[in-house]
Amino acid sequence: MSQIQDQLRREVAKLLEEKTVDLFLGYEDADLPLKTVARFIRTAQDADRLVWNRSCTANLAALLPQAFKKPAGIRGDWTPPRVGVLAKGCVSRSIVGLIKAHQIPREGLFILGVGCDGMIDRHHATQLLGIAELVEAEIDDGALRLRATGGAERVVDVSDVLADACSVCRFRAAVLADATIGDAPDTQEAAERYASVATFESKEMDERWAEFAAEISRCVRCYACREACPNCYCTECFADETEPKWIGATTDLSDLILFHLGRAFHQAGRCVDCGACVAACPQGIDLRLLNQKINQDVEALFGGDVSVSLDEPEPLCQFRMDDDQDFMTEP
Amino acid sequence: MTEKTTRKAGAPDGWEPRIAAFLCNWCSYAGADLAGVSRIQYPPNIRVIRVPCSGRINPLFVVKALQSGMDGVLVSGCHPGDCHYISGNLYARRKFALMKNLLEYVGIEPDRVHFSWVSAAEGVRFAELLHKVIDSVRELGPATKMIKQVEAVR
Repeated sequence: MSQIQDQLRREVAKLLEEKTVDLFLGYEDADLPLKTVARFIRTAQDADRLVWNRSCTANLAALLPQAFKKPAGIRGDWTPPRVGVLAKGCVSRSIVGLIKAHQIPREGLFILGVGCDGMIDRHHATQLLGIAELVEAEIDDGALRLRATGGAERVVDVSDVLADACSVCRFRAAVLADATIGDAPDTQEAAERYASVATFESKEMDERWAEFAAEISRCVRCYACREACPNCYCTECFADETEPKWIGATTDLSDLILFHLGRAFHQAGRCVDCGACVAACPQGIDLRLLNQKINQDVEALFGGDVSVSLDEPEPLCQFRMDDDQDFMTEP
Repeated sequence: MTEKTTRKAGAPDGWEPRIAAFLCNWCSYAGADLAGVSRIQYPPNIRVIRVPCSGRINPLFVVKALQSGMDGVLVSGCHPGDCHYISGNLYARRKFALMKNLLEYVGIEPDRVHFSWVSAAEGVRFAELLHKVIDSVRELGPATKMIKQVEAVR
C-alpha cells in the first residue's frame, strides 16, 4: 500500500511539474481515523499530502464536473484546466459515465488508474466497538487494529469490515486510464452480487415495507448521499425544486421515501455501485438496498454493463421494440 | 352506475377508490374521449391528467400521486410503434418497468400501479381496462403506506 502511495506522490509531482495537468484530484488524510477526504492538489510540493490506503472511500469523479466549470467571477475568455485524477475501478467507470453525459471533457482529463483491493466501511468498523468511539486505527498486513476511547483494543481482519459494495466489486482496476500505478489486481468475478437484493425480495410484502420504512425513517435529509454521488450533477436537484415542490419540508416518512425513491431512480442505468453514498451517510442507511435492485433489473431487462464503454449509450437513453412489457396490464 | 362492490374488510362504508390516470394526449386521452362520446359507461373513480406523451411521465408522478392520497395510479399511452413523437412511449416503457418493479420491491402492493397501452380507437377497451383497474384497486382497499401524514406547508 505505502509503496503505491510513494509512487502516487512521485507521479503526481511529475505531472504537475511537467505541466501535464494543472490540478490533481486525490485523497488526503482526514482528522478522524479510517477517514480520508478528497483534495485538489495544485503544486508539486503538495503532492506529499496525497494518500492511498484502505479508507479512500469517496468517489472522486463526483468532484470532477465542478473543476471544468467556469468560476463565477471570471468574465471573458477562460481556458478550462487540465485535471488529473486518481481513479480506482469504480471512479473510472463513473468517469466514463460523466464523459458520455458531457459533464467532463475526455481531452481535459488525465486519469491515473490504481488497482484497488476494496475499502473499509467505517460503519462496520465502529460497530465492532459498540458505543465506544474509535480514536485510532492502523492496518498491518491485512489486520486492522482498532483502538477505542478508554484504551480498549480490537484486531479484526480487513476483509471482515470491507464495504458491502467492495466485497462484490468486479472492477478493481481502472477501465479507462492514461497511466496506471501499482500492480493490476486480478479481476474477480463476484459470484453473488445481488445476494442482498434476493434476501430482501424473499420476504413478504408487508415485511419488506416495514423494513424499508424503518431503514429510510432514519434519514435526516442531509443529502450527503447526493453530494457524494458522481451521477448527481444536476444544476438543480428535484429535492430542491420548489415548483413543483416534490418533497415537503417535513420529516414525514412519505417525504423521506419520495426523496430516496426519486434519487435511486435517477441513478437507474448509471449507478456503478461504488458505495460512496453508503460511506457518506451519517446514519449508516443501506442505500444500496434500492440502487442494487435497480441495477439488477437494468441488467436483467436491458442487458449488459455499459459503464465500461464510451460508445454505448446508457440503458435508459435507448430502447428496443421488443423490450419486456410483461409488467403491463393487458400489454 | 351499476357496479359490483367487492369491498375489502376494513374499508370504510361507501369508500370508493380514487385513481389518478395519466393519459397521453394522442391515444389514451382520445380513447377515453371516444368511450365518452360513444356513451360507454365506466365508473367515475378516475381523475384524468392529460399529458403530451407517456414519455412525459416522470416516474415520480406515480409516487407523488400515491403520497397525495391516491389509492391507485394508471398510466397509459400509445401502443408501441404508434407514438405521436415516434419513440416517447418506448423510452417510457423502460422507465415504467423499473419503477413498477421498484415499488413492488419496497413493499407497495403491485396492483396499485398499472401501466397499459390504449389507442384512440379503443374506446370500448378503455372502459374495460378501467373496470379491471378499478376492481383490482378496490380489492386492495384504501392505500395507507405512502400517504403523507403531515399537513403540507405551503
